[in-house]
Amino acid sequence: MDFYDIAENSTVAEVIDRFPIVEDFLDNLNLRGLDRTLPLPDALENGDPEWLENLGTNVDDILDQFADFLEAFVTPHESAADIESITVVGGHDKSGKAENCSITVKHGQVLSIVGPTGSGKSRLLSDIECLAQGDTPTGRVVMIGGRRPKDEERFELEGHLVAQLSQNMNFVMDLSVREFLMMHARSRMSSEPEKIVSRCFEKANELAGEKFTIDTKVTQLSGGQSRALMIADTAYMSSSPIVLIDEIENAGIDRKQAISILTSNDKIVFMSTHDPLLALSADRRIVIRNGGIIKVIDSSDEERESLRHIQELDDEIMKIRSMLRMGEIIKPGAWRERSI
Amino acid sequence: MTVFVRNIILETERVEEMKLITVSGPPSSGKTSVILKLVYALREQGFGKIGVVKFDCLASFDRIRYEEAGVPVVTGFSGKFCPDHFFISNIEDAVKWGNSRGFDMLITESAGLCNRCSPHIQRIPAICVIDNLSGINTPRKIGPMLKFADYVVITKGDIVSQAEREVFKFNVRQVNTRARILFVNGITGQGAFMLSKYLKDSVDITTLSDMRLRFTTPASVCSYCTGETRIGDEFQNGMMKKMEFHEAAPLSETESGESR
Repeated sequence: MDFYDIAENSTVAEVIDRFPIVEDFLDNLNLRGLDRTLPLPDALENGDPEWLENLGTNVDDILDQFADFLEAFVTPHESAADIESITVVGGHDKSGKAENCSITVKHGQVLSIVGPTGSGKSRLLSDIECLAQGDTPTGRVVMIGGRRPKDEERFELEGHLVAQLSQNMNFVMDLSVREFLMMHARSRMSSEPEKIVSRCFEKANELAGEKFTIDTKVTQLSGGQSRALMIADTAYMSSSPIVLIDEIENAGIDRKQAISILTSNDKIVFMSTHDPLLALSADRRIVIRNGGIIKVIDSSDEERESLRHIQELDDEIMKIRSMLRMGEIIKPGAWRERSI
Repeated sequence: MTVFVRNIILETERVEEMKLITVSGPPSSGKTSVILKLVYALREQGFGKIGVVKFDCLASFDRIRYEEAGVPVVTGFSGKFCPDHFFISNIEDAVKWGNSRGFDMLITESAGLCNRCSPHIQRIPAICVIDNLSGINTPRKIGPMLKFADYVVITKGDIVSQAEREVFKFNVRQVNTRARILFVNGITGQGAFMLSKYLKDSVDITTLSDMRLRFTTPASVCSYCTGETRIGDEFQNGMMKKMEFHEAAPLSETESGESR
């Protein structure tokens, strides 16, 4: 699209009508008061000459910026969302010992990462994030769809590939849940923001132990509610095909459902965890020690059976938790007769 | 004796090429942490001799952090001078210092620049560091320091939600459509590797002669620039800009505060 052409041949109002985001462009340059019945170049020529001077710029320069701006926001860019699989080819641990492994994770699959604190879990996560090509301290190579990305691709994908979610994350914006989600939808240039916002909100409420309204301020949500909203938002709104999760076990949310929301949206999930339920419900788990991958364990019938027991234990704890919340006395065995 | 002579020859011939990087950003956005993580990442790739020149206004506590990391550092305080004018009138000497020390890379860190300005020089890689906690509209308010940067580094992303990171990045993109936008964790160093990869191949220079700033520094020289402290029309001389206050103007939407 020739954006110079558009700027010259339609009025500012028409341009905004076609590309609402141009309103932001005018805001950013403090040009809200511009005469919108004129094409942009004329409106600029007719405007107060002093602001041009204050901006240290001229009409041509602003037209260039206008074209760049629309180019960046209106032109569809190559999306990272259609990545089918990711493969981590082993490098070496901190002492230089080879890892001797190659792990491929397809979309919709979950890989859990276990190991003592400080063993190198976050190093693995950052290798994935930057698509290491044997050039990070671990020597690992990360491939996309079975092949090594070209340098160009690697830079292009940087920042679009991975969404992160961790225990320490908070909301800092002073907005209601609705405003917050709308703002995110807007930045994603979503075509049906209302629809996607209400879906996110509903899912978040399903995950959260205690319900919240769409007009609640995000900063007033409880820990569990915040986590629930972050997960729903990552699943439905974020374009990143890979999700890295760092210890969400104590969040007070339905953890299993959280993971299934992510995988049902075709995300590739890497999850660093100490929680038996989460670790065992992954398709595979890798064990890290001394900065290196020492083992890759596929889920087995045996472990799936153990998972059932762990699930039962977990359900009991959940029941006790909800009884506590209701102010009940916890008598031995009383929770067994309850439903969740 | 021979050793002595050889040293002298090295000193005089040392006009080797060096990379220069300018780093700017609001106070406490994490510039020093990002630079340190960048230095570590570069060292891991065998890129050894890196020095830092820190430009600050009144006080700085980062010298110790650089020294602990074994990074040679010179600190300059602008004091009563405009920090932007101070930067540009000292940068050439900073390059000479870097050259004489035989650095592979010299990084300048400027804090306390006003948002009107930027220390970025044409052809010299320019980084702006800005943090996720500083408010969602901050990128749209910062100005040339962000707008004319080649790399925008966003810090403190580990403590806000993914959604806020994405919206923040979107707002940075609105102001600077061309920059590479990277998230760097100043504590763990995550993301610093990518930044180092970009900078490793940046241009080598020996001097800044004939180069230009990307954006003008503020017009100044009014009576207050030269030390006037009294308030009132009769004390205001030189270049002045006056606000307009309309009488009994009704509060319109645009005046009732920030929108969105």
